[in-house]
Amino acid sequence: MRNYEITFIINPTLPGDAHKEVANGYVEWLKANGCEITHIGDMGLRGLAYPIQKCHSGFYYCIEVSSPDGVFINKIELAFRRNESILRFLTIALDKYGVQYNEDFRAGKIGGKRKKAIAEEAAKAAAAKEQETLNLESQIEA
Amino acid sequence: MASRDDIKFLSNPNIGKNRKKYCRFRKFGIKFIDYKDKEFLLQFVNEQGKLLPRRITGNSLKFQRKIATAVKRARHLAILPYLTDLLK
Repeated sequence: MRNYEITFIINPTLPGDAHKEVANGYVEWLKANGCEITHIGDMGLRGLAYPIQKCHSGFYYCIEVSSPDGVFINKIELAFRRNESILRFLTIALDKYGVQYNEDFRAGKIGGKRKKAIAEEAAKAAAAKEQETLNLESQIEA
Repeated sequence: MASRDDIKFLSNPNIGKNRKKYCRFRKFGIKFIDYKDKEFLLQFVNEQGKLLPRRITGNSLKFQRKIATAVKRARHLAILPYLTDLLK
């Protein structure tokens, strides 16, 4: 089995939740073509570093798949090219370190999530300490 | 004879000495460079969005190549700009 990561940007001017339907369509297509979906990453609406087709933002989706071969890549890339609402796409093969990285990232061991978790823990600890001091003070008053 | 410790310098002699550069990927065991992580990749480009040379970042050749690919992928996906001013 080989691991791949497919990232694409969907036009933000689509009405309502149409971008979700577009993304789900590709996920279904991948499943139908013998790929195992490891993870579907919805990175949300993000600003682009430069305008593409006069759009300044786009919906980023990142799908991690494992497949016995890479035959599906040409097909899905052709589908991406034919779809006008896809601004950009990129398919890359992941090595074992890439797979490990993605797992760790999802588990919150690395990146912004980790920093957030650490900050939350620190905040919790600070709150607990404050509570303790308050309790002590109330005891002393009593 | 007075040893070096006995001499009083007018200024700190360690100032101006070049600190030894090192490859952070080797040192901290980072094996994979994520092209979607904009903040991380920004460390390896200058204000115009150009790749910094190994001479400055101190990366080993293996990881400099990986950074170059990651930055190029990020540019394709409009995560990093191809060319700009005042990126940082």
